[in-house]
Amino acid sequence: MADILRERERQVYRKGDLQPFQLDCEKQSAAGSVSQRACVFCGSRVVLYPIADALHIVHGPIGCASYTWDIRGALSSGPELHRLSFSTDLQEMDVVQGGEKKLYAGLCELIDAHQPKAAFVYATCIVGVIGDDVEAVCKRVSLEKGIPVLPVHSEGFKGTKKDGYRAACDALLKLVGTGSPEGITPHSINILGDFNLAGETWMIRDYYKRMGVEVVSCITGDGRVDEIRRAHGAALNVVQCSGSMTHLAKQLEEKYGTPFIRVSYFGVEDMSKSLYDVARHFKDKEMMKRTQAMVREELERLMPQLADYKRALTGKRAAIYVGGAFKAFSLVAALRHLGMTTVMVGSQTGNKDDYEQLRELCDEGTIIADDSNPLELSSFLEEKDVDVFIGGVKERPIAYKLGIGFCDHNHERKEALAGFEGMLNFAREVYSSVMSPVWRLTPRRRGSNLEVVK
Amino acid sequence: MSSQPRPSKSPRPNWVSTRNPCKACAPLGAALVMRGIEGALPFLHGSQGCATYMRRYLISHFREPMDIATSGFSEATTIFGGEKNLCQGLDNVTSQYHPALIGIATTCLTETIGEDMHGMLHQYRARPGEADDPLLVHVSTPAYSGTHIDGFNDAVRAVVEQLAEAGHAPSAYLENFVNVFPGLVSSEDLRFLKEVCADFALPATLFPDYSETLDGPSMEIYKKIPEGGTSLAALRATPSAKASIELGRTLRQKRTAASFLQERFSVPAKRIGLPIGINESDSFFAALEKLSGHKTPEKYTRERGRLVDAYVDGHKYLFGKRALIIGDEDMVVGLTSFLAETGVLPVLCASGGKSGAFARSIAEVTTHLREPAMVREGVDFMTIAEELALKDLKPDFVIGSSKAAKLARTLGVPLIRLGFPIHDRIGGQRILHLGYRGAQQLFDLVVNTLLEVKQDSNSIGYSYL
Repeated sequence: MADILRERERQVYRKGDLQPFQLDCEKQSAAGSVSQRACVFCGSRVVLYPIADALHIVHGPIGCASYTWDIRGALSSGPELHRLSFSTDLQEMDVVQGGEKKLYAGLCELIDAHQPKAAFVYATCIVGVIGDDVEAVCKRVSLEKGIPVLPVHSEGFKGTKKDGYRAACDALLKLVGTGSPEGITPHSINILGDFNLAGETWMIRDYYKRMGVEVVSCITGDGRVDEIRRAHGAALNVVQCSGSMTHLAKQLEEKYGTPFIRVSYFGVEDMSKSLYDVARHFKDKEMMKRTQAMVREELERLMPQLADYKRALTGKRAAIYVGGAFKAFSLVAALRHLGMTTVMVGSQTGNKDDYEQLRELCDEGTIIADDSNPLELSSFLEEKDVDVFIGGVKERPIAYKLGIGFCDHNHERKEALAGFEGMLNFAREVYSSVMSPVWRLTPRRRGSNLEVVK
Repeated sequence: MSSQPRPSKSPRPNWVSTRNPCKACAPLGAALVMRGIEGALPFLHGSQGCATYMRRYLISHFREPMDIATSGFSEATTIFGGEKNLCQGLDNVTSQYHPALIGIATTCLTETIGEDMHGMLHQYRARPGEADDPLLVHVSTPAYSGTHIDGFNDAVRAVVEQLAEAGHAPSAYLENFVNVFPGLVSSEDLRFLKEVCADFALPATLFPDYSETLDGPSMEIYKKIPEGGTSLAALRATPSAKASIELGRTLRQKRTAASFLQERFSVPAKRIGLPIGINESDSFFAALEKLSGHKTPEKYTRERGRLVDAYVDGHKYLFGKRALIIGDEDMVVGLTSFLAETGVLPVLCASGGKSGAFARSIAEVTTHLREPAMVREGVDFMTIAEELALKDLKPDFVIGSSKAAKLARTLGVPLIRLGFPIHDRIGGQRILHLGYRGAQQLFDLVVNTLLEVKQDSNSIGYSYL
């Protein structure tokens, strides 16, 4: 059984427990808990990162820029400015005298050299503490260079990763509405919350194209500043990764009256439902017919191939620990589609509604955890004798060290896991880890095999 | 393309910003050192994200669990001070991990707001009723000063300073032992150093020692703190050593653990370059002969003999080939020494570090070169790219961490991944850089990489070279 910190007892739940369901969440990580979460800066950086023709400069000492240089699989069909790392690299004297001059000079030289369409300036921990007026510097450079220069208030300590999402959305909000919506058709959408990992946005865009839906902007996968500027002209906002983008969608609704729907592109059911929901929104019979035909075509191709994986994977046990809870819903369903059971599921940033929905979705005995840590996660994996753990780079060594399969479903991955094609990749990813013969050699499996022989 | 900088009018503009950094920040190096102490857990006093980012960076290189705790600053903590979070964090880490030691490093945030670490830890230790506390050591690592290498070396010194006890060497350590401070090398390098010392029958305290903690076996039950690391007893006994060996020509004179032990406890300090290649390894083995009183075991003289023979076999493939060497300063100095002694021409030696001793050290190990190598310290990858273009240096290959991958790709030449970090290949922790054996592996790797280029870029497709 897991040795759970007293402060965290109410953040772990086992479905079927006698006490009424109430999971604490959306709170600051307990000091010393070795949370898997990052910080406000991480939340902002991760959301804005894929905007490929903008300059992203990290204002602070070097670490924050080093640790986020070209680590995501967010692809661009054109410019690749987002894959470079820029920092003011503040030194001791800057801390004493303030970093505004350095930020101003750095911004000017980089804008001159790279001619970006906009610049995002990420304020890190010490920027506020040393009293830099980032807002003023941005305003000045914006006037001088004639492009939007947007401060992102992402000081690491000012909340959680979710506050970073919000800071990123606030920066985006300043861009939306500054371009002309001329020529946008009535059946038009913005794709919110897909980050074009391994080209996923392109796949999704293609589905919408086949349906006859115009995509005005992708926020932020394969993102372009000029597209985001005219995003207010779209008729509908389609929000994936709702944890990061709901704030933006709500603001756009308030400001421009654009309605939004929540979708997920992971798994067969959720993918199909997302497309149908969009088609239904436009109340266009022809579009619905096209959508049905497309989904049928995709499924006819996909299902026979999935069936083979399902035969091998049926009865296997999975654990999930991801950033946002919304992705976890889809993963539980996708795994079920492959005949697998989710025995543990958790997220860094889920809210009360998310966890309630997860509880409804999961089988009896499933462990649900908010803001977990390596010691808890390893104990869950051991207790539930998991076959595959689905998470990110920080979760990977926990699984591997224990001789357990792993599937990377985080931003660093290089495999497209969204859409119909992505479902097949996901099945293959899970299959190629679970079915590997290497586990037979690990102490964990060798031990249990011997017990069976006895 | 907008991602390529336009040519600038001045020959070498003074860039204010750092573009594609060739360094990480100081607390990362400190956290790595703390992982090399038996039963220890690294702890960062600052925001949650620092620990998480550094964990990911280190995990991606070592492919091992790397838990780093944090006091997790909030806005209120930043205004009112971090004492409460620090204490709660230490309590929680103690109850969860039962560490023998907690190695605390500060971050830019806590250094900037001026946290009184000494006072707070004193208060924490003095609180009533907590007899079984882990040891607490603390190192100041403001991220706005120096690089991960400075954080690493400062942490080595801080741990030694805070644990060293004169005259308290347990009996196992009474016999003629030495301290070995290897610097940031691979887990395999650390295993090699232990093996060499054992073969010389020279008892040695190697610190830090993450040879097992960051390259351990598969487990049935998760170990909260992996086995291995320098023991606390050994760390307490460092003043009783008959000498300290520290590896690295660019170490800062007064800031190392060995210089502290020399000044405070009169333990003679012997500084040698990282033993990469024959010349630097010869110095290392000579030092071991002197300290142990034994001749170099035949195992190593034979390794050296085979290596010289290999140099001869491969010399024509390497002579005059142009290398760009990038990475942590001491690693670059060692690799440059190795390459230069094989006939490779180091055209540019570059590092994000800025010890002040880099150029001198490169000069020291390349005295036989007809053209001295160009040396750039404190630079980033875009500056290096511009320098290459400006001087038309045209390297045939790049040696460095995987952060150089983008540059090598642009240059259209192979990157030989060595040093730290290696994030796009498996096994960075198992690369042996040191000794004759390490040089043998590096030599074969370099020659074969160049042969592969020759073979692949040739339309005939020779199958016999």
